[in-house]
Amino acid sequence: MAGVAGGNDFQWCFSQVKGAIDEDVAEADIISTVEFNYSGELLATGDKGGRVVIFQHEQESKNRPHLRGEYNVYSTFQSHEPEFDYLKSLEIEEKINKIRWLPQQNAAHFLLSTNDKTIKLWKISERDKRAEGYNLKDEDGRLRDPFRITSLRVPVLMPMDLMVEASPRRIFANAHTYHINSISVNSDHETYLSADDLRINLWHLEITDRSFNIVDIKPANMEELTEVITAAECHPHQCNVFVYSSSKGTIRLCDMRAAALCDRHSKFFEEPEDPSSRSFFSEIISSISDVKFSHSGRYMMTRDYLSVKFWDLNMENRPVETYQVHEYLRSKLCSLYENDCIFDKFECCWNGTDSAIMTGSYNNFFRMFDRNTRRDITLEASRESSKPRATLKPRKVSTGGKRKKDEISVDSLDFNKKILHTAWHPKDNVIAVAATNNLYIFQDKIN
Amino acid sequence: MEVNAEARRILAVSISKLYASRSQRGGLRLHRSLLLSLVMRSESDSDEEGCDNEITEDKENLSPARQSRKRRGKASVAPDFLPIKRARLESGEDRYAAPLSSCRAGESLAALSLNRVIPAF
Repeated sequence: MAGVAGGNDFQWCFSQVKGAIDEDVAEADIISTVEFNYSGELLATGDKGGRVVIFQHEQESKNRPHLRGEYNVYSTFQSHEPEFDYLKSLEIEEKINKIRWLPQQNAAHFLLSTNDKTIKLWKISERDKRAEGYNLKDEDGRLRDPFRITSLRVPVLMPMDLMVEASPRRIFANAHTYHINSISVNSDHETYLSADDLRINLWHLEITDRSFNIVDIKPANMEELTEVITAAECHPHQCNVFVYSSSKGTIRLCDMRAAALCDRHSKFFEEPEDPSSRSFFSEIISSISDVKFSHSGRYMMTRDYLSVKFWDLNMENRPVETYQVHEYLRSKLCSLYENDCIFDKFECCWNGTDSAIMTGSYNNFFRMFDRNTRRDITLEASRESSKPRATLKPRKVSTGGKRKKDEISVDSLDFNKKILHTAWHPKDNVIAVAATNNLYIFQDKIN
Repeated sequence: MEVNAEARRILAVSISKLYASRSQRGGLRLHRSLLLSLVMRSESDSDEEGCDNEITEDKENLSPARQSRKRRGKASVAPDFLPIKRARLESGEDRYAAPLSSCRAGESLAALSLNRVIPAF
């Protein structure tokens, strides 16, 4: 079966699954973000309980060179705690909305994690040595009696078991009135942006007590509010350019060189609405849930409720390609509105060469689209097909009256099993798919 | 008629969702509230068009009894569990107010429902 993102012999197979198997899933264990670092060596997840778990790629085994190494737990830490805003009498959730890695500049790794209100910079470093032979304190840390110190010695570094430490280096707080939905590290590696429903701020990684507001769409009269910011991202190469998407299905590209406050966009991307498909829920399904630049910086991709659209930055009036993720849901919008699924925010991601993209759906299905071959494939993250190196079988949803064998009908889809967060290794064909509280890792299987 | 009934049902669902949002962790979500209000506006517009069509139809059918029932009952759609006391809308940066102007305040059924469910901060 021809696959996506690799040619005719390309197939995906199961590699690993992380997380508990319990039927009753604790709310805190639900994965809320997934992100590979720049090299792909590390894979970070954040969950609703405010925890960050980092997995590290182990080197391939010499005995099984045809298999890639596995990802094992490298570090786990509590990034955010629940807080309470006493002035507004509101609880601030500890859920990790986004994680973004910084490019590695030394032996330590740095990442940004954010909840609804506060962004934190974490340093993850290894320690495999400790100093012994202090003059002023014992090995257990207690201070020595000065009168008993009769000689001077030089502490020596002794090997110890590897310990991975995560320490908060910066806390960027009190800059967002509304809920933060995006953070994005700039290509200058010195600044980053954070976006909430109505504002976007630009920070310097070293400065926590102030930030620059670069976008503000809050109307003077809140009753005139018609759209909110849903996602924002810095251009991968041009540190003066960023984009933000809106709940109206539009994308604005801004150039920070034009003005201090980028309320006026440089480019405005919008596809005219098809009047024949208008319904009560047209506004909801047109709301963009994610926007991602391609690695090349020439294109960007947006995800709304039913589709993925590719945009050429040089053409604003329509996308160059549109892929339907689950068009069979268009006739079910009313039910999806009633059960709140219509408000789900799906993310999307590019592969390392920008030749394919991936996004999630329901029933633990996720979809891949190959831009070169125009092929698409639906796969499922399930425990049943989680045997080591088992090839993933393409899935199909039956949309007509007669359901073929191995097809699943729309009414049989489990809308509680949704894949909102996915990540693609920056260099290899390895993908991470978050299915509620489980993290599935799949890799290519070249015949 | 069926469209109106469906629109009203969705409107009631929307109102209950807005009301339920008040008690969720993290407070009201502006994005979600905005989308709910847009759905309610669409339903309200559809409902008014449906009523206008009914009025037109009744005039054509010359049915005075029907015409006398054409004015929408303001309290007929909102669910019983909603507070009767009219919620106050206060200005301020941290007040998540749905765009009432987009829902035709006053006689509009949706606007009246929004007024009932938007919490007073």
